[in-house]
Amino acid sequence: MRNSIIISCFFVVMATISCAQKTDTEINTPESVGFDAELVVEDLQIPWGMVFLPDGAMIIAEKSGEIIHFKDGVKTEIQGGPEIYNRGQGGLMDIELHPDYASNGWIYFSYASQEGEGSGGNTAIMRAKISGNSLTNSELLYKASPNTKKGQHWGSRLEFDDDGYLYFSVGDRGARDQNPQDRTLDGGKIYRIYDDGRVPEDNPFIGMENGNARAFTWGNRNPQGMAKNPETGEIWIHEHGPMGGDEINIVKKGVNYGWPVITYGTNYNGTSITDMTAKEGMEQPIHYWVPSIAPSGMAFVTSDLYPDWKGNLLIGSLAFQYLERLVLEGEKVSYREKLMENIGRVRNVRQGPDGFIYVAVEGKGIYKLIPKSE
Amino acid sequence: MKTLIISYLSLVAGLTFLLSQEDELEASMNRGKEIYADFCVTCHLPTGEGVENTYPPLAKSDYLMANREASIRGVKYGQRGEMIVNGITYDNTMLPLGLDDEEVADVMNYINNSWGNKSEKMVTVEEVAAVGRR
Repeated sequence: MRNSIIISCFFVVMATISCAQKTDTEINTPESVGFDAELVVEDLQIPWGMVFLPDGAMIIAEKSGEIIHFKDGVKTEIQGGPEIYNRGQGGLMDIELHPDYASNGWIYFSYASQEGEGSGGNTAIMRAKISGNSLTNSELLYKASPNTKKGQHWGSRLEFDDDGYLYFSVGDRGARDQNPQDRTLDGGKIYRIYDDGRVPEDNPFIGMENGNARAFTWGNRNPQGMAKNPETGEIWIHEHGPMGGDEINIVKKGVNYGWPVITYGTNYNGTSITDMTAKEGMEQPIHYWVPSIAPSGMAFVTSDLYPDWKGNLLIGSLAFQYLERLVLEGEKVSYREKLMENIGRVRNVRQGPDGFIYVAVEGKGIYKLIPKSE
Repeated sequence: MKTLIISYLSLVAGLTFLLSQEDELEASMNRGKEIYADFCVTCHLPTGEGVENTYPPLAKSDYLMANREASIRGVKYGQRGEMIVNGITYDNTMLPLGLDDEEVADVMNYINNSWGNKSEKMVTVEEVAAVGRR
């Protein structure tokens, strides 16, 4: 009798936990759209990364390996970029400026690289400076291993926090049962390093035998969105789930995000990966998507140009081809809305230093969202 | 007697040839299945049905059956722009996958002979190698 009460209580608790997201607000389509989307950079294929230089120029990273300097309507190709291993979902990926770019000129790249032993490739991080139309002073800061011919899950996103640490993601590289749950291996992690590639002394796995000194979290699948929350200073990520189960997570030191032990997704053939969506010692996402939107790119809106969007999160959807706006109440998503419906595969979204939102769409280019005057 | 031996030998040789071709196709399809699960499945889905209006189907695709060379080219170099598949116009981009010629042949053989698709002629590495960008 007593046991059955305990078991019933357990089920009630489990049901509460697993249903916590069932009340998730459905996605909404706004009745009126308060902005015009102007295509400012045309003819781009897969514009994975984009940054804004202090002089008003943009640097755009195409997955193919092309690095484009764009200013006053003119595109110039930057020479001397890293050697790219274009394989499956990998190629030239994200770019980010050093927080002190104006004084030191460092620009950071993530890309698929064949560097090192073995055939295939893995995710690499480098930094360089731009001089004229070329990259100079290139320094390889990190190269994940082992190389593999798998085409999936390279991660790639780069972001600095307020203390000047550089964070980046490396996906599970198609080895979900090996990489994410093993803290000695490279795949399926968020990393934290100094701006010059050195290992921060207080990284979480340093004391472990063969622990991955640069890794900061584990149990990640394929994070392709990363942004600093301007209010809390925390690094937020989102990651692709398998079929279903894309997630938003907050990056916390040493935390295990559970892939593939817990997930809200299933295999592409519909079979289950695990029967667990929660487990002690594994972090729950603050939001998850079923079905998958295939998220890419992430930005917090801080600009005064969009007063109704202040503090909101913008996330691109590759699969459903729209920009998603998420209203937050602290760490909870309280409202979701579709913007730019059917625009194409949204690869990236950022707020520029001019306060405008820029949206990079595959096969099209970069759109600037211009608020309509009342 | 002599003709009998000759016909017997040629029958054996013929059967061996046919069976080895079959084996070759099966081996290629098996390798292709792995490639498919890695590079293709996220968009075209496990049974090749795709996503209507977004990712064209491969299963029972009239385009695939009628455009062998263009299909190989798409897998080899990527695909962009409008195409009509089973009466629906698709306008999307498929990334260049970065597969080598053997991998392209393998995945083509898998796609060409799965989910109700059937191709008379096996795609060979030589055939893939001969397909240029256009």
